[in-house]
Amino acid sequence: MTETPENPGHTGPEATVPDPLDPTSVAAAVDTALAAIAAAADLDGLKAVRIAHTGEKSPLSLANRGIGALPKEQKSAAGKNIGPARGRINQALTTRTAELEAERDARILVEEAVDVTAAPRRRRHGARHPLSTLQERVSDVFVSMGWEIAEGPELESEWLNFDALNFKPDHPAREMQDTFFVEPLDAHLVLRTHTSPVQIRSMLERELPIYVLCPGKVFRTDELDATHTPVFHQFEGLAIDKGLTMADLVGTLEYFTQQLFGDEAKVRLRPNFFPFTEPSAELDIWHPGAKGGARWIEWGGCGMVNPNVLRATGIDPEVYSGFAFGMGIERALMFRNDVVDMHDMIEGDVRFSDHFGMEI
Amino acid sequence: MRIPLSWLREYAAVPADATAEDVMAELVKVGLEEEDVHRPTDELSGPIVVGQVLSKIAEPQTNGKTINWCQVRVVPEGEEQTLTGEGIDPSGVQGIVCGAHNFEEGDKVVVTLPGAVLPGDFRISPRKTYGHVSAGMIASVKELGIGEDHDGILVLSTLGLDPEVGADAMDLLGLYDEAAEINVTPDRGYCFSIRGVAREYAHATGTAFTDPADAVVVPAAAGEGYPVRLADEAPIYGVDGCDRFVARTVRGVDPTRPTPPWMSARLRLAGIRSISLVVDISNYVMLELGQPLHFYDRDTLSGEIVVRRAIEGETLRTLDDRERALDVGDLLITDASGPIGIAGVMGGASTEVSDSTVDVVIESAHFDPVSIGRSRRRHKLPSEASRRFERDVDWQIADVAAQRAVDLLLELAGGTADDAVTDVGQAPAPRVIELAADFPARLIGREFTEDQITGTLTDLGAGVEPVDGGYRVTAPSWRSDLETREDLTEEIIRLVGYSTIPSTLPVAPPGRGLTRVQQQRRRLLNALAAAGLTEVLSYPFVSEQANALFGTSEEGAAAPAVRLANPLSAERAYLRRSVLPGLIEVAKRNHSRGFRDLALFESGSVFLPGEQMGTKTIPPLGIKPDDDVLDALYDGIPHQPQVIAGLFTGLEVPPSAGVEARAWDWADAVDVVQLMGSVTGVDVVVRQGSHQAFHPGRIAEFVLRSGEVLGHAGELHPKVSAFHDLPARTVAFEIDVDRLFDAAADIIVARSLSTYPTATQDVALVVDSAVVAGDVLETLREGAGELLEDVSLFDVYTGPGIAEGSTSLAFALRFRAPDRTLTAEEASAARDAAVALAGERFGAVQR
Repeated sequence: MTETPENPGHTGPEATVPDPLDPTSVAAAVDTALAAIAAAADLDGLKAVRIAHTGEKSPLSLANRGIGALPKEQKSAAGKNIGPARGRINQALTTRTAELEAERDARILVEEAVDVTAAPRRRRHGARHPLSTLQERVSDVFVSMGWEIAEGPELESEWLNFDALNFKPDHPAREMQDTFFVEPLDAHLVLRTHTSPVQIRSMLERELPIYVLCPGKVFRTDELDATHTPVFHQFEGLAIDKGLTMADLVGTLEYFTQQLFGDEAKVRLRPNFFPFTEPSAELDIWHPGAKGGARWIEWGGCGMVNPNVLRATGIDPEVYSGFAFGMGIERALMFRNDVVDMHDMIEGDVRFSDHFGMEI
Repeated sequence: MRIPLSWLREYAAVPADATAEDVMAELVKVGLEEEDVHRPTDELSGPIVVGQVLSKIAEPQTNGKTINWCQVRVVPEGEEQTLTGEGIDPSGVQGIVCGAHNFEEGDKVVVTLPGAVLPGDFRISPRKTYGHVSAGMIASVKELGIGEDHDGILVLSTLGLDPEVGADAMDLLGLYDEAAEINVTPDRGYCFSIRGVAREYAHATGTAFTDPADAVVVPAAAGEGYPVRLADEAPIYGVDGCDRFVARTVRGVDPTRPTPPWMSARLRLAGIRSISLVVDISNYVMLELGQPLHFYDRDTLSGEIVVRRAIEGETLRTLDDRERALDVGDLLITDASGPIGIAGVMGGASTEVSDSTVDVVIESAHFDPVSIGRSRRRHKLPSEASRRFERDVDWQIADVAAQRAVDLLLELAGGTADDAVTDVGQAPAPRVIELAADFPARLIGREFTEDQITGTLTDLGAGVEPVDGGYRVTAPSWRSDLETREDLTEEIIRLVGYSTIPSTLPVAPPGRGLTRVQQQRRRLLNALAAAGLTEVLSYPFVSEQANALFGTSEEGAAAPAVRLANPLSAERAYLRRSVLPGLIEVAKRNHSRGFRDLALFESGSVFLPGEQMGTKTIPPLGIKPDDDVLDALYDGIPHQPQVIAGLFTGLEVPPSAGVEARAWDWADAVDVVQLMGSVTGVDVVVRQGSHQAFHPGRIAEFVLRSGEVLGHAGELHPKVSAFHDLPARTVAFEIDVDRLFDAAADIIVARSLSTYPTATQDVALVVDSAVVAGDVLETLREGAGELLEDVSLFDVYTGPGIAEGSTSLAFALRFRAPDRTLTAEEASAARDAAVALAGERFGAVQR
């Protein structure tokens, strides 16, 4: 860039007005103007150049004005000299303006650069609890299969929690579920030990056939430690229809676990005992993504709904059969997302939820 | 149940090289879940041999103790020591220092030689002590991990043993055996015996089973033995408390004889401590056959044994030497002296067998599981016997078990058995179950061959009789859990293998998806998370004080709460009426971990009991209750609305470069509740509220247009924040979302959007400071009429220019007409109308 004079555009008092009839002197004025335009280093300098070379007092303007005083026959020739000359200067000014504007814009953008890595936190980023998100994810799989999600109260009638599920009043099975009882004891209220009372409510209230998933909070009198918590979450499934078989139970569990753990996932049933199902089974799943390699993981219980449960809800076991299953959400979170300590799920440390965001 | 492998091998074809793990892997296939392995050799290794004390020289020490310097032969005389290693004397005689004195020269003892390892990683090596090099140890039962008795070393003659010197003492003491521990489900009482588990092992592996009952020869009874009468006059559910009582008498026993090591080793592996020979025999038979026995000292019995219910006021001193008040529901064993045992639960002290017992009466009875369970719970006396009786014992085994006990007594304790046998009671009717031939296939979803059905059931011990279209199945006497065709089907598929069940996916009819409320809840929870709040889950257990403070807005007002009968902590014995106490706990925990800037929320139930708590009775199982009974059950369940609560402490965002950190304040709590209204499309009205847990001047109440209260938001009372060590100006909200969801419109009707220009007018109104802005705003909205599109409060001012006790509220009113461009006059007229109404209602004056 050329050195910028103090008044870069000014043509000076000595600037001579060209003779409109003398192409050479017009050309000289044009050359002077073009040189000044080219030399203008910034938009302010160019503005001065514009005034000096196209303003009212500029040589070519004055020369143009002089045309009027010329004899009529000379005016045309003079006009042909001056007009294009002014046009060239205007053209150059436009071009140079665009150049300098582009330069200025580029400079400003460079000057405005920020350190994006130092951006301040403007908004707080919240999160869902992973137990909630996982519960929703599980529900979505079943909803996609046409099942519905049923819910019920956490403080329940003992009948709905036990008797309707074929737990005999004096059978040791009733004690397997370490139950929170409520005062007075003869009110027969308990904190539900499983979400099965919701199954009973569904059977009592819904039209047949029934395909429902019952997720929710359940309670057992276990002290909190790394693998136990007195309050935890389950989801139980129930299907009641004509002709349902244990093979349907296997197929449903297989489809579900594959949705949650991938196509490689498998299920395995082992004989077990529950008062509310017969046959009953323990459910293991083959978890392809398990930490330390694919393996069988014990996840829950399942079986064919005991006819006594159907009878308790007014469903004829000669016409309908059904299957049910129940799994723990906490346990799933442990083996699916590698949560090693139950404390993390229930203590409410914000680092736990925040890490998951709204995903699972 | 722990299963010593050596025992199992007597009745099941367990391969010689099978480990406890191998056995469990088989048993799990038939539904006996693996629990643990008990293997003495995991902690114990040789050389541990039989030694004979050649010499024992007592050497008094300066510390007051006397030690014995012993020479102990550990290889048979005349043979070479084949062991080598540091401290092993090639002569076959070890020099050992022993601190115990309960042995003599010539006694045979257990010597742990250098190189042996004892439980607790106790490694034996030669060591210098008391002026000698002691090369090994003469072991006590405690050191070997096989007993508690520690008054000296183990002298083998006290166990009735006289083994070869140098013999492997671990073998002699049964220490190479191991046990598999399995979990037995409550329906399978018969698996609380070697007999039952051996049968299951045979099922699992398809190998042969030898019934231990078959090996016992029960001779024909020759006359009535000890007199016994069954006299239950209050059967439970119509079932006699005792329906069989076998009594046998063995005379002239020596109860002081030692229990042979093979027996005590098996008992120990099975988890039962060796007590005395007679008690050990009773336990041994119980473990083997599943039949609990009770032995009486015959000389202490007086007259006829009567089995009956307790009489009001009766007491019994039980074996654990505690005087127990008996309940009229308890089934008792009594004689002329009164109660001598709580049937099936625990015997009495007065008739207990002791070292001086000469004649023994053996009780082998069958009791009603329900009765036993009730007595066990009532007296909190769980025992090996009650555990089995509660799960039902094989009625048919009683006489066999009694005979097995007689045989063992005669063999190990001497004496003679009376020929006379008492066996009273009535066998229950066999359980006969009709099984349609196609039923298993219909329930399981795969075909079964006839052999798979009949073969399986026969293997189980059931009687199978073909009838038209199916089978008539008689359940084995030890399987009281088999009652229905479904039970039989489970047995068939269990033994055929659950792994053979095919997989088919049933197609549910088209569903309705998530319910409206389920969708609303998800959207709301997601919106709160998106708005920067973190979801947490706290326990619903709170203190009485927490419910009294947070569970009702008015101090001292009734706040009925549900109290747990068996809380985990007496401090938190109540179910929450508010989620806030739990959130406060969570906040404090986060603070203690260094996180003070929090925005927490929780969604959950609160428990608001009303007049009716539950029902006095509950209907029986297996029958649908009548509608009015069901309605009563439902009505008795306390109201449990879903709420969402939130708590904010500290700063909105952490301080960072170029941004001034803002502390949460009451308005954040109010704003979040208004967000909840927007998300659900519900018009939520905010007004000044009052709640004892909140700052009396900074508490908003939210109501629906119907007037129904949704909840509160604001700043916690400074005292509450201080009490809980929360930062000052902690803010919170709690909203009943059931009501919120309920208020949401089924269909939201669109507004027509006018595209004509707006006319905006600002007004500043001076009102008494007691007037709240929200009321003025609502009034302006009302007064301005239909042309008003929106009105908002944009400034609140007190100070110079405004009279003391007054406030200037500045509102922006936006007018727009649906069909034309408003003139300034129209807008001004509407504004004036609005201001006039505010003037009328609140004395508002335009500034």
